[in-house]
Amino acid sequence: MAKVLMKGNEAVGAAAIKAGCKYFFGYPITPQNEIPEYMSRELPKIGGVFLQAESEIAAINMVYGASGAGARVMTSSSSPGIALKQEGISYIAGAELPCVIVNMMRGGPGLGGIQPSQADYFQATRGGGNGDYRHIVYAPSSIQETVDIMMESFDVAEMYRIPVMVLGDGMIGQMMEAVEFHEPKKRELQEKTWATDGTKGKRKPNIINSLFLDPQECENHNIRLEEKHKIISEKEVRYEAEGIEDADVVCVAYGTTSRIVKNAIVECKKEGIKVGIIRPITLWPFPMEIFDKINKNAKGVLTVEMSMGQMIDDVKIAVNGRFPVHFVGRSGGMVPTPANVIDSIKNIAGGVK
Amino acid sequence: MDKRLVIVTGHYGTGKTEFSVNYAVKCIEKYEKVCIADLDIVNPYFRTRERKKILEKLGIKVLSSSIENTNLDIPAISPEITGIIQNEKIKSIIDVGGDPAGATSLARFSKDIHKVDYDMFYVINANRPETQSADKTIAYLKNIELTSKLKVTGLVNNTHLLKKTTVEDVERGHKLTKEVSRLTGLPIKYESVIESVAENISNLDIKNKIFPIKLFMREDWMS
Repeated sequence: MAKVLMKGNEAVGAAAIKAGCKYFFGYPITPQNEIPEYMSRELPKIGGVFLQAESEIAAINMVYGASGAGARVMTSSSSPGIALKQEGISYIAGAELPCVIVNMMRGGPGLGGIQPSQADYFQATRGGGNGDYRHIVYAPSSIQETVDIMMESFDVAEMYRIPVMVLGDGMIGQMMEAVEFHEPKKRELQEKTWATDGTKGKRKPNIINSLFLDPQECENHNIRLEEKHKIISEKEVRYEAEGIEDADVVCVAYGTTSRIVKNAIVECKKEGIKVGIIRPITLWPFPMEIFDKINKNAKGVLTVEMSMGQMIDDVKIAVNGRFPVHFVGRSGGMVPTPANVIDSIKNIAGGVK
Repeated sequence: MDKRLVIVTGHYGTGKTEFSVNYAVKCIEKYEKVCIADLDIVNPYFRTRERKKILEKLGIKVLSSSIENTNLDIPAISPEITGIIQNEKIKSIIDVGGDPAGATSLARFSKDIHKVDYDMFYVINANRPETQSADKTIAYLKNIELTSKLKVTGLVNNTHLLKKTTVEDVERGHKLTKEVSRLTGLPIKYESVIESVAENISNLDIKNKIFPIKLFMREDWMS
């Protein structure tokens, strides 16, 4: 198929449908409205269901129900809407159900604004829901990557029976870029023998639940979840790393911000400063091990975010005291410029050259 | 020559704003007073108003929301827009939001617009998934006319893939626009092409109406 020009949000919808998603439950919020708009137009055409719920809380619980019945289902929202969905996400993770959740982040806290932001890193990777749960978080940096990840997310969610979040900033949702649709690599998917899709008189009823009143049973459940999290951490980490082995300064950035950083790196190279980049594609699991490959003589690591500094916590864990970790960021809907980043890089590089 | 009042419509995401901004910049070379009005109530990002500073430096007046300096996504439109529709001394460009949904904000002004001579351009991008065939492209055109209560007077081929646009993209878009023109009887007004690609166009059909554009709305780091 030839390349077409799509807006990030539309591309999310198109990719989800191509990946077999048949159900969408959500509630409108800028800057992700083109996703529900697209789904409301396209899902009925393929015999699917689009439903605008009365609230985000209702929407995520509809996702919980549909997923429990074995359906391929998703929801999308933006920051404050995702905040409302946190309880449901914890329940879905607790009941070990697959689903895909898209967050096109906007400025916060509270209602914040409608311009792009990355201030939901904590919410996405630490979770606003209760309990020892985790879910996979993908952070695409282009519309093409958003499409590729969306196409794969449903399989990943079903393979591990875990919620998958696709975390974009508003810019990823609103930007237009050329895309094409490719089939993702095939994954071994088990039959959904756990789904509440009718016993047909042949088996005992399945029960979807996250309640374990016996503390020992509840702990066993948590141990099992943790084992699953470990497997995911080993097998599903994804990142892009470039020029870090001989770098004077290594930048860490994800999503839209990583593109601004790459632009800054090109400028720095012209002036003889060697700058590498680590771009986490999965925020959880976070690509800790690649930090071991950073040049031992590097002057420092620079985290760049559209927030007041959130991913920097994971960067510090990964760096483990080996280098000073610096930060540059804009928040509230402001986008950093390559010039912001170049200044910080030069400060860190100091007398290099 | 185009009418004093030019309205720019089209399917969502075809590049109306980029064309409108470039058109306004071109107009200031010839007209003393140029005003561009942002009627986009559909998009929260990439709106004309974001380039207000650059345009005003060039002497172009920018009208948008009646609520100054905000990123609110509420459909507040400046009442001054009626003024630029009526004022014969101002070369006016109205950048309308995409699709019939975007054109609803235009309907409110249709009575005033009917009283003056106007051009309404319909921007076509053959690389958008929803407007790859003439039938679908015309369906959007008709619905925009119905919603806005105004008639399209000319077509603009704006087929592109942003900075990755090739001559082939432009040619394919030209073919589609020509077909739309044949079926509707509407003339092709412009072949809007990013400057670097415009140099390489050899097809005379396209060359005769070429309108080279700069990308005002894309940041340097965008593709």
